[in-house]
Amino acid sequence: MNMIQAINSAIDVCMGRDPDIIVTGEDVGYFGGVFKATEGLQRKYGKTRVFDTPITECGIIGVAVGMAAYGLRPVPEIQFADYIYPALDQIVSEAARLRYRSAGEFTAPITVRSPFGGGIFGGQTHSQSPEGIFTHVAGLKTVIPSTPYDAKGLLISAIEDNDPVIFFEPKRIYNGPFDGHYDRPVTPWAKHPASAVPEGHYRIPLGKASVVRAGEAVTILAYGTMVHVAAGVIADTGVDAELIDLRTLVPLDIETIVASVEKTGRCIVVHEATKTSGFGAELSALVQEHCFHSLEAPVQRVTGWDTPYPHSLEWAYFPGPVRLGEAIKRVMEE
Amino acid sequence: MADDHAGRNLPPLSLHIPEPRFRPGDTVDFGHFEIPAADASSRPPIDAAAEAMRGHSYGLVRVLDEDDRAVGAWDPKLSPERLLRMLRHMALTRAFDERMYRAQRQGKTSFYMKCTGEEATCIPATHALDRGDMVFPSYRQQGVLIARDWSLVDMICQIYSNSGDRLKGRQMPIMYSAKEANFFSISGNLATQYPQAVGWAMASAAKGDTRIATAWCGEGSTAEGDFHSALTFASVYRAPVVLNVVNNQWAISSFSGFAGAEATTFAARAVGYGIAGLRVDGNDALAVYAATEWAAERARGNHGPTLIEHFTYRSEGHSTSDDPTKYRSADERTAWPLGDPIARLKAHVIAIGAWDEERHAAMDRELAEQVRAAGKQAEALGVLGDGMHQPFSTMFEDVFEEMPWHLREQSAQMHAERAVSGITAGGEK
Repeated sequence: MNMIQAINSAIDVCMGRDPDIIVTGEDVGYFGGVFKATEGLQRKYGKTRVFDTPITECGIIGVAVGMAAYGLRPVPEIQFADYIYPALDQIVSEAARLRYRSAGEFTAPITVRSPFGGGIFGGQTHSQSPEGIFTHVAGLKTVIPSTPYDAKGLLISAIEDNDPVIFFEPKRIYNGPFDGHYDRPVTPWAKHPASAVPEGHYRIPLGKASVVRAGEAVTILAYGTMVHVAAGVIADTGVDAELIDLRTLVPLDIETIVASVEKTGRCIVVHEATKTSGFGAELSALVQEHCFHSLEAPVQRVTGWDTPYPHSLEWAYFPGPVRLGEAIKRVMEE
Repeated sequence: MADDHAGRNLPPLSLHIPEPRFRPGDTVDFGHFEIPAADASSRPPIDAAAEAMRGHSYGLVRVLDEDDRAVGAWDPKLSPERLLRMLRHMALTRAFDERMYRAQRQGKTSFYMKCTGEEATCIPATHALDRGDMVFPSYRQQGVLIARDWSLVDMICQIYSNSGDRLKGRQMPIMYSAKEANFFSISGNLATQYPQAVGWAMASAAKGDTRIATAWCGEGSTAEGDFHSALTFASVYRAPVVLNVVNNQWAISSFSGFAGAEATTFAARAVGYGIAGLRVDGNDALAVYAATEWAAERARGNHGPTLIEHFTYRSEGHSTSDDPTKYRSADERTAWPLGDPIARLKAHVIAIGAWDEERHAAMDRELAEQVRAAGKQAEALGVLGDGMHQPFSTMFEDVFEEMPWHLREQSAQMHAERAVSGITAGGEK
């Protein structure tokens, strides 16, 4: 399966097991979603379980909170993460705090799915990576897969989780892994081992990172598309890096991170999102707090620049192999 | 750039900034209000097309006439027992507000909000609903809990953030949550409950349930985007929901003109969404009951949502943090042409021979005593004024279903820091 098929399969499996799961969003019903992630689900489960919504993100999430209060398990889609902002009040003030403010009387087991990230000439409003906005909110879990296998297992865990989950899908790798070499042809998922996705039910636990490649020289912390960029750089440069795919940002798998950095003594944080106050700042601070005496070099951050995401200048913006390669050189020279 | 308008001698544009009729010190005259006769409004069938309700969105459903009699098509013909229960709940709510306001002034809690003058906008409505119907309130519908005979002690414990507070001291006073009473957790963020109520109603419909949802917001909150999204969703999916707007004329210091009242009514917002709209005398308990009963039957019959504007007046300040003499005439309250909701219902039950002044005075004394006793019971579990009453570690609970490592770490850090400063862990004051 490619990542879209894996996501579709995860929702399908969950809907088949739990009649309280309901899928909503713009164009998700009859049409099956602009990325086809919900294709066939309305036909299979009926219009009262999978349906199109008006174009109002605050409404989509506000209604989902109400459905959750009734006892359903909504899986709303926000068409692009760039358009999640109108729903921020409902996500931050309502879904994230409902359990806390009602002392558990009401909960919001909602999974907000949304395609995110750049590398597709999406310009300013089809490329953003706003995960740092959500990791900053107490009460939210934030999950970002990087392979079809993980996408299905993590999405099933997210849907079955009793807390609200923001599930960002890196749309650049919906159809195949992308190592940042935009001048080379895209490889489809079929040639990647993680495209072997079981048809049935399985979970990947939230809060557990994955060590994609074990190494001794430097720890690279990445998620989403950047996992593949980092893997490509490691292969190209031959540096013995340990690559960790975080998979869940909150709650974070601190143990895996600390064990790795204590071993390597060096750490590079990679994300597409803008640098200042991005999630990389949190990762860098945590590594510094937990691994200060093991560090042999300052923690490096390779991120998007602190600008809106540009259209024609995409490959100067995107933190690709050249920039990560330079960061590895810098951190190894210390 | 060429000036296409050169030589046309156009008048300068001017920006309209709404201004209330009366400011502090002004003599109040509500003579401009057109109050229709109590029997002027027709009662359409519950499956009436939304467009046929246009007149009701601009009119005013009233039942109680100048002689305190129930008249016209909207008379819900309630039993004296029902009328007296409603009256009692309204009087209890006012007594509760009086005592909690004083408790705030005495330093027993940080904050309070009264609903004085608006008791009829939710208590008769609650009587017209089933207990299984879900209520999504704003912060001024304490009357819903009281009309559902919820424990006053429980409410006061929340207000005092004491050891009996089920919300563990996490929420500001009056942000109640009472799932057993089908009363949704109150949020400080305005109008967020509106699409949530619609979603609850959609869920009920999707599951083939028979329960409906209701929500309340103030007229000021209708300006929020969530109001628009809620009405859009309610209309699109014909959600079984009753959406109430309490138009009490004031949003803190801003008069209703800043929410659009100079141009139209709030009930008329329904017209553009294709939703049934009803504008009701919000100080007429029977009119509110009748309108809610109509809207609830409409929703239960799968005929869709209703928007009800309750035309009323916020008699008191916005909250204990507000001084209304700084922005409006003190005479407005007494000059308000629709009177006081409790006084009007009381006059009605007296007029039909079901009640008298002596019994009313005795009831008021009894209710004051009931609230006083509940207050004492709650105070025995502590008041906010004398410190915290929940174990500190509860602060970290319920953020998530299971506490993740970073919250466990922060909880341990807090305990360690407090221990260093000589404060022990546990349910300290």
